[in-house]
Amino acid sequence: MSTPTWKNPIVQWVDHRLPIVTFLDHAIVKYPTPRNLNYWWNFGSLAGVILVVMIGTGIMLAMNYVPHTSMAFDSVERIMRDINYGWLIRYLHVNGGSMFFICVYIHIFRGMYYGSYKEPRELLWIIGIFIFLAMMATAFLGYVLPWGQMSFWGATVITNLFSVVPFFGEAIVQWLWGGFSVDNPTLNKFFSFHYLLPFIIFALVFIHLWALHTHKSSNPLGIEVQGDEDEIPFHPYYTAKDAYGFGVFLIVFLGFTFFAPNFFGEPDNYIEANPLVTPTHIVPEWYFLPFYAILRAVPDNFVDIWGILPVIIPAKTAGVIAMFASILVLLVLPWLDTSKVRSAKFRPTYFWLFWLFFIDTIILGYIGAKPAEGTFLLIGRLATAYYFLHLVIFMPLVGKYEKTKPLPDSISAAVTAGGSDAKEGS
Amino acid sequence: MLTGVKEEKGMAETASTAEGAGHESPDDNKRDFLLYSTIAVGAAGTAMAVWPFIDAMNPSKDVLALASTELDISSIEEGQSITAIWRGKPIFVRRRTAKEIEVAQATELKDLPDPEADKDRVKKSQWLVMIGICTHLGCIPLGQKSGDTKGEFGGWFCPCHGSHYDTSGRIRKGPAPKNLAIPPYKFIDDTNILIG
Repeated sequence: MSTPTWKNPIVQWVDHRLPIVTFLDHAIVKYPTPRNLNYWWNFGSLAGVILVVMIGTGIMLAMNYVPHTSMAFDSVERIMRDINYGWLIRYLHVNGGSMFFICVYIHIFRGMYYGSYKEPRELLWIIGIFIFLAMMATAFLGYVLPWGQMSFWGATVITNLFSVVPFFGEAIVQWLWGGFSVDNPTLNKFFSFHYLLPFIIFALVFIHLWALHTHKSSNPLGIEVQGDEDEIPFHPYYTAKDAYGFGVFLIVFLGFTFFAPNFFGEPDNYIEANPLVTPTHIVPEWYFLPFYAILRAVPDNFVDIWGILPVIIPAKTAGVIAMFASILVLLVLPWLDTSKVRSAKFRPTYFWLFWLFFIDTIILGYIGAKPAEGTFLLIGRLATAYYFLHLVIFMPLVGKYEKTKPLPDSISAAVTAGGSDAKEGS
Repeated sequence: MLTGVKEEKGMAETASTAEGAGHESPDDNKRDFLLYSTIAVGAAGTAMAVWPFIDAMNPSKDVLALASTELDISSIEEGQSITAIWRGKPIFVRRRTAKEIEVAQATELKDLPDPEADKDRVKKSQWLVMIGICTHLGCIPLGQKSGDTKGEFGGWFCPCHGSHYDTSGRIRKGPAPKNLAIPPYKFIDDTNILIG
């Protein structure tokens, strides 16, 4: 890596002592990027932008939010009514959370479709899953802060999940609560952690980017970059493409923020928390619904039926294990997928399996919003079974037995062939 | 997707041509126009997006709602003062004696570091309403209580750096540059004033 010289003497002076300009030049200006990235590659940088929006609006909200059970709900209403533009900042934060998950889910599915997690990008994927886990924790903690009915009962239900831990369950739950129920100490520590975690996510994002920039972006064809003819510099090509995508994204984000700010929310959370009354129908935020469906899908007597460790694992534990497993199994996806071919474009069987898996998660999300009874419960169980079937059984088998399509010789060869075909066609 | 790839390729070729030609392309004016107008619109948009965040740190509506204070002054005897709080600051309300009024009105403007006639500082000559913060460095002058030292001009005396104020609250001696400030206020009736 040769050290460039800069025309501007101040830039040169700084860069000679702290090569920050050189670093940025390598990372976001000259950074060689596959020339064939499509718009599905926009969502990583979009997620990064929303993270900044969330931290920015969050810091503003914390200036007026009071983490105390007697004042939290009112302080949020004060933000909505009395603080200048408080309504805007809070609605940006609330809808930003949903947008963050939309972008990250698209980002994850993109990685699955194009096999981005495969060698040598396994660790990049794993760091991403940790970011996803940290996001889920942050979102859950943040949802508790307004101290509405859903906040309170969501906190109660989720913290009670930990009661299934053998022997120490009750002690852990009391430790989480800082008492004997969800109360002021719980709210205080949730606020503290909700403020801390985004900065940990921020750090993880940099590690994610570090890993990304080590082996560079994958691409829709899933074949390795072979030379300069396969790449273009990040700036101006992908800065422009990302900026355009950001504009489109802002239309959606601000559309919700201004015209349907409570679209993703639950009306019950505008009722102040009441420890004596549980809402009739508790649902988590939409981004947790598939996992919530998995939690409820596992029958209480599951373990008894199958006779697996019935003494150590109490009945209700199975659902909790299934829910956590549904996320943690993604950590080993790079090894569950045994195919040498990355992109689903060249994997005719996996192509369909991917879309079935996608539909399966949508079904799980739908079921998660419905009461766990009757047909819903049955569909939820089938969809849960399919979720694990896909990841643990189908992925390894399909990789072994699938007959893949021939890969193009190089990115530029594929692009040139496609380009000239299109020209001749028109 | 292939279309997208084709376009990027097209852009790459155009860009390299433009670089190779070294600012001689007839497109340069168009490009400059697009570049500068994009920057201008982007900067304006950013400024508008930043404003709500800055304004959110201004006093909120509930703070502004408490920005005026109503005060009952009927219990103040002649020669007595009270200190009220308005926007977190002390407000001196003094019912002046006839002698104090006379001295204040008789003072020549040329004797004052910050010339201001007494009639311009009161709404009713008997009532002096001021913000009780020394204009030097923000201490609260003495002179409200009967036992307090009132300084060489019989009004107020700031113990921090020795500023003397007269019976109209005007600076007469010491480091303070200005007279004690008069808050916006009005008489609602004879015995009640609204400050702010």
